[in-house]
Amino acid sequence: MALLEIRNLSVEFETVSGAFRAVDGIDISVDRGDLMAIVGESGSGKSVSMLAVMGLLPWTATITADRMEFNGHDLRTLSGRARRKIIGRDLSMIFQEPMSSLNPCFTVGYQIRETLRLHTSLDRKARQTRAIELMEQVGIPAPEKRLSAFPHQMSGGMSQRAMIAMALACEPKLLIADEPTTALDVTIQAQILELLTDLQDRTGMALILITHDMGVVAETVKRVAVQYAGQKVEEQQVEALFDDPHHPYTAALLSALPERSQDRFLPTIPGVVPGQFDRPQGCLFSPRCQFADARCRAVQPQKASAELGYALCHYPLLHGEPQGKEASA
Amino acid sequence: MLSFLVRRLLTFVPTFFGVTLVSFAFIRLLPGDPILLLAGERGVSQERYEQLSAQLGFDQPLWKQYIDYLAGIFQGDLGTSFVTKRPVIDEFFALFPATLELSLCAIVIAILLGIPAGVIAAVYRGKFFDRTLMTTALVGYSMPIFWWALLLIIVFSSGLGWTPVSGRISLMYFFDTPTGFMLIDSLLADQDGAFLSAVSHLILPSIVLATIPLAIIARQTRSAMLEVLGEDYMRTARAKGLPPLKINGVHALRNAMIPVITVIGLSVGTLLAGAILTETIFSWPGIGKWMVDSIFRRDYQVVQGGLLMIATIVMIVNLTVDVLYGLINPKIRKG
Repeated sequence: MALLEIRNLSVEFETVSGAFRAVDGIDISVDRGDLMAIVGESGSGKSVSMLAVMGLLPWTATITADRMEFNGHDLRTLSGRARRKIIGRDLSMIFQEPMSSLNPCFTVGYQIRETLRLHTSLDRKARQTRAIELMEQVGIPAPEKRLSAFPHQMSGGMSQRAMIAMALACEPKLLIADEPTTALDVTIQAQILELLTDLQDRTGMALILITHDMGVVAETVKRVAVQYAGQKVEEQQVEALFDDPHHPYTAALLSALPERSQDRFLPTIPGVVPGQFDRPQGCLFSPRCQFADARCRAVQPQKASAELGYALCHYPLLHGEPQGKEASA
Repeated sequence: MLSFLVRRLLTFVPTFFGVTLVSFAFIRLLPGDPILLLAGERGVSQERYEQLSAQLGFDQPLWKQYIDYLAGIFQGDLGTSFVTKRPVIDEFFALFPATLELSLCAIVIAILLGIPAGVIAAVYRGKFFDRTLMTTALVGYSMPIFWWALLLIIVFSSGLGWTPVSGRISLMYFFDTPTGFMLIDSLLADQDGAFLSAVSHLILPSIVLATIPLAIIARQTRSAMLEVLGEDYMRTARAKGLPPLKINGVHALRNAMIPVITVIGLSVGTLLAGAILTETIFSWPGIGKWMVDSIFRRDYQVVQGGLLMIATIVMIVNLTVDVLYGLINPKIRKG
C-alpha cells in the first residue's frame, strides 16, 4: 500500500466574495522512499494541497476528499490530538522562508530539541546528542555552538539547514519540502537540494518537493506531477516528462525554459492563471492553450491513460502532436 | 548586554537634570506665595514675612536656590517640608510602601487576568468570547474611575457589607509596620484576623486601580497575538505537532510580549506615580494624595523632591522594561 494516498482532494476557501476553490480534485500517491515533485506556478494549489495533508490550513478552508490516507491513518477523520502525534514525527514539512520560519525568540537548539521532547522518549542528554547529530547531518559546522544560536544570527541557508534538521529529528517517513530553495541564492539552492536528495537517499524517507522551477525538477526528482489552477494536469517520470510532455501546459512550460529555447526570443505562455471570477467553463487551460478548440472551452476534460501521463486534456500531446482531434471533429 | 545597560544608564543623567529643573520651575511658576498660605487667614507681618523668607531661603535669587537644591540632592537631602518640618525623603518613604503595595496588587491583577484574556480572545478571534471581552475592555477603559470606585463601594461595602469602605486596615488592629507593606506587617504582627483585614481593605482599591491597566493589557495582548499568529514560525510550530496550548502560550505569546511589556511598564509607571483618585476615594495614605496636598500648600520642597523621586522610579521601571525586551527577544539585544 502506498505511504500517502490521496484521491479527489479539493480545498475551498471561504472568502468575502464567495467560495474559492484552490485545489480541485487532485490525486497523489507516494510510496515509501519515493522522490517526487509537484510543479506549478503561483496559485496552482500545490502548497495548499500539501498543507491540507498536514492539517495546517486555516479554519476558512474546507477540505473534501474521497480518500486521504497516510501510513494507514485516514487523515479525513483523524482527531486533532491523533494528527499531532503524526505530524512532526512521521510526516514533516519544511517551508519557503527559512528566515521567518524559525521562531526568533528561541535558540535553534531549543527548537530542534522541542520536536524530540514532543515525539520521543529521549532524556535531556540524549536529546542534546541527537540535536548535535542532526546538525552534523545537515552540514552545519560547529553544531554545538550553533545550537545555542538564535535564528537572527544565522544566514538563510543555515536557517533552512536547521529547519531540515528539525524536520528530520524523528526520522519521518515522508518529508514535504515546500519551495525550500526559493528564498535562497543560487549556489545555496544547489547545496540545499543536494542535501535533501542525499538525506532522502540515506534515510529512505519519501520526499515531495514542491517547486515552480523546472530546472530544480530535472536535477532532483524521479517523478513529477504538474498542477495548473488547482488541478493536476499531468504526471510522469521525470525523463519521460522532459522528453515527451503530454499536456499542452507542460509542453509550454518546458519550451519556456531558457536551456531549451531555440529561438532568439524566449517563448512565453500568454495570459494568466484564471482567478476566482474568471474560471473558464471547460478546460481551465483553454484560454491560454494554442491547441484549444470549441470543445475545450465548453467541456471539462477527463484524465487520459497512464501512457499519456494522466493528462487532463481532450487532445493530449504525443511527440508534440495533439491526439484525437480528427475523431471529434 | 553590558554596554547596552551602560548606555541606557547614561541617558539617566540628562533626564535626571531635566526633571530637577522642570519640577523646580513649575512649582514656582504657580501663582500663590507659600509663606502667605502658611500664615493662613490671619496674615503675617512684613517683618515676620522677611524672617520666614530668609529662613526658607526665598530671599536668594532663583539660580542660587536651584544650585542649593541640586547640592542638597547630591548629599541625599531633598529638603524639608515647610508644613510638617519633616525631611521630604522621610515622608516619601513613609508613604511610598502604601502606594507600592496598592500598585503591585493592581498590576498583578491586571497581568494575571489581562494576558490570558487577550490570548484567548486572539485565538478565538471574532467568536463570542472575543467580542464580549473586547466590549468589556472598552467599557473598562472608558469608565470614569471615581464613578466605578463609588459603584463598587455602594454594592460591596454599603450593600453587601463584604469589604470595608476605606483605609488600609481595621482600627481594632495596632502593630508596628517595619516594612510598610500592610500585608506583610499584618502577617508579622501575628494578630488574629489582621491579615484578612488588610486583604479586605486592599481588594476594592486594587480592583479599581487595575481596571484601566487590565483593559489596556488585554487589548494590547490580543492585537499583538493576532499579528504573531500569522507569522511563518507559527506554522512551523503547528507542523511540529505541538499542542495548541504550547503553540499559543509559548511560541506566540513570547513574541507577542514586547508591546505588552511596554504597556505594562507604562502602567506601572503611572500607578507608582500615585493613583490620586483611587487613593483619595479610599483614603489610602499613599504618595498620590500627598503630592496633591503639597501642591495646594505650595510646599515647594515636597513637590520638588516628590516629583524627583517619582521620576526616578519611573525611569528605573523603563530601564527594567528595556532589559526585559532583550531577555524576551534576543534580536533586540543588539540594538
